[in-house]
Amino acid sequence: MNVELVLFILLALVAVGSAIGMLFSRNAVHSALFLVLNFATVAFFFLFLGAPFIAMVQVTVYAGAIMVLFLFVIMLLGAELLRQANTVLPWQPPLTIFLAVVFLGVIGLYFWNAGVAGLPPALAGDEAARAFGSPQSIGLTLFQEYVLPFEITSFLLLVGMIGAVVLTRDEKKQ
Amino acid sequence: MIPTSYYLALSAVLFTLGVAGVLTRRNAIIIFMSVELMLNSANLAFVAFARQFMDLSGQVFVFFVMVVAAAEVAVGLALIVTIFRSKQSISVDELNQLKG
Amino acid sequence: MAMEWVRLIEWIIKAVISTAVLLAGFAYMTWAERKVAALLQQRIGPNRVGPFGLLQPVADGIKLIFKEELIPAQADKLIFLLAPVITVVPAFIILAVVPWGPPVKDFYGPGQDLPLGIANLNVGMMYILSVASIAVYGVTLGGWASNNKYATLGGLRSAAQMISYELGLGLSVVGPLMLAGSMSMLDITNAQAPVWFVFLQPLAALIFYIAALAEVNRAPFDMPEAEQELTAGYHTEYSGMKFALFFMAEYIKMIGVSAIFTTLFLGGWQGPFVYEFPWLGIVYFWGKIIASLVFMIWTRSTLPRLRYDRLMAFGWKVLLPAALVNVLVTAAALLGNQVILGAVLGALGVAVVIAIFFGLARRSRGGPAGRRARAAQSETVV
Repeated sequence: MNVELVLFILLALVAVGSAIGMLFSRNAVHSALFLVLNFATVAFFFLFLGAPFIAMVQVTVYAGAIMVLFLFVIMLLGAELLRQANTVLPWQPPLTIFLAVVFLGVIGLYFWNAGVAGLPPALAGDEAARAFGSPQSIGLTLFQEYVLPFEITSFLLLVGMIGAVVLTRDEKKQ
Repeated sequence: MIPTSYYLALSAVLFTLGVAGVLTRRNAIIIFMSVELMLNSANLAFVAFARQFMDLSGQVFVFFVMVVAAAEVAVGLALIVTIFRSKQSISVDELNQLKG
Repeated sequence: MAMEWVRLIEWIIKAVISTAVLLAGFAYMTWAERKVAALLQQRIGPNRVGPFGLLQPVADGIKLIFKEELIPAQADKLIFLLAPVITVVPAFIILAVVPWGPPVKDFYGPGQDLPLGIANLNVGMMYILSVASIAVYGVTLGGWASNNKYATLGGLRSAAQMISYELGLGLSVVGPLMLAGSMSMLDITNAQAPVWFVFLQPLAALIFYIAALAEVNRAPFDMPEAEQELTAGYHTEYSGMKFALFFMAEYIKMIGVSAIFTTLFLGGWQGPFVYEFPWLGIVYFWGKIIASLVFMIWTRSTLPRLRYDRLMAFGWKVLLPAALVNVLVTAAALLGNQVILGAVLGALGVAVVIAIFFGLARRSRGGPAGRRARAAQSETVV
């Protein structure tokens, strides 16, 4: 048992626990906070995997912007405690649990058979570790190989922005 | 080093929890958060594979997924706010106007 | 192995020093704020406890410790207790990537320098932005968990304000980053050896300063705690040490943004003779921070609070476009590598921003356009 593995298992437990907490919280604000915790632990995994830039973007975008928006909407609507009315699809939760168990079973079976293989290649020294996933290397990949997708995402963001403005505009003002 | 398969297993568990959330919860905001959880578990797999194959494309894809998630959240939350304004509720069971 | 332990101990010592300096800085910021504000308003300020009132922070601390701590009956207890902690932690850790002085040469033997500053990340600026974006949680949750209308409104205001001004803040940082060609705070400081970025990026510096004031909820952007409208905003229900934590976070964040401003625009520890006498670097660094802090206090005692809709309009319609123009101009100048072109474009950008700003000011103040706008507004305003 090395330190890294212990850390991984602890963080994985936190990640799974917070996801379960998100699922079962009655209060939507608690759900949102559990999800923030989950995103933060995933950011730590990104750090382990040699992706410091992505880890920081993860915290800034997911925890800092997206989840704050969620919280904002929940608080604004006062929708934190939604009564769980008698649902019209009563067969859905049991089926969900069944399918989840089957899916996880299949994955577990795969690992049981295939064993734990595939150690990632070691990075050659500190310099290589720093270069992999650094802002410079990500920037070069993004603006050389993926320029067109990058430009298209900017268009996507513009559409999203206009969509949000149009949807929430007060109709009386027109 | 942690084997890549550990990360993939964790990603699968998180994804399953996300799917379970979408299927069992009735609060539109929670369903939406579960979708974010699924996207995030996919991101984890992307980054793990990027490390495995020493290829930055995986990390760049995560970047794109985050952009899509941000745009989706902006529009999705706007939709939820609009629905709440007209129905005073965001339970997906009560959105049944189109039912014949 | 031995080296790793030495490094670990080095980090712990640096972290302890950083925390201690920030705590002492917080205590004496409260004193300095009252003294400087008193000076500007021709009063005397605190002068009872100790010489020049220097022990006033100690007296305040003792008072706050012995105050009764109330938790509202219908509050969400766990979140109510967590919120001050969530607010304080980012304030402390944000300075981890900022270098305090030039590296101490050959500290561990030849070629082994001791960097001053807890960590030098290659994603330093991203780290600062991500920690800053976490800071909004404490205030928002504190307001919501209090189960009090005023507190919730204050929390929501702060969430909206901080998200809006984060955009201007993030974009204003891009200019210095492009000039330095790195996100590491040490590289940014080193790149300012010939000339400070405040002279190359005056617009970015101005935007950063304004947005930073809004980020730390300082006057004239102290909307979340506007006492005339919201009693005390998000911390209405907090008392005793929990209130002290919110208070502490506000002042430590002020020191934090001043340090970041210093590093990005005022050259960090750069200054005359700093390479001959490295200890001067620490003096310069803290001197610049103190100057920036005094300027913040000065701003607070000079400017009245903005109205909420104007605050949002300013953030979205002035700061954000201005920051975008700045990024564009900097990129164009760097691409052409032409100083004159850059200067011309920069002047053009500044002119556009000033035009927008005065256009808005005229609209809201008066003149035919303003009156028409106001008339149109008074019909639709709810």
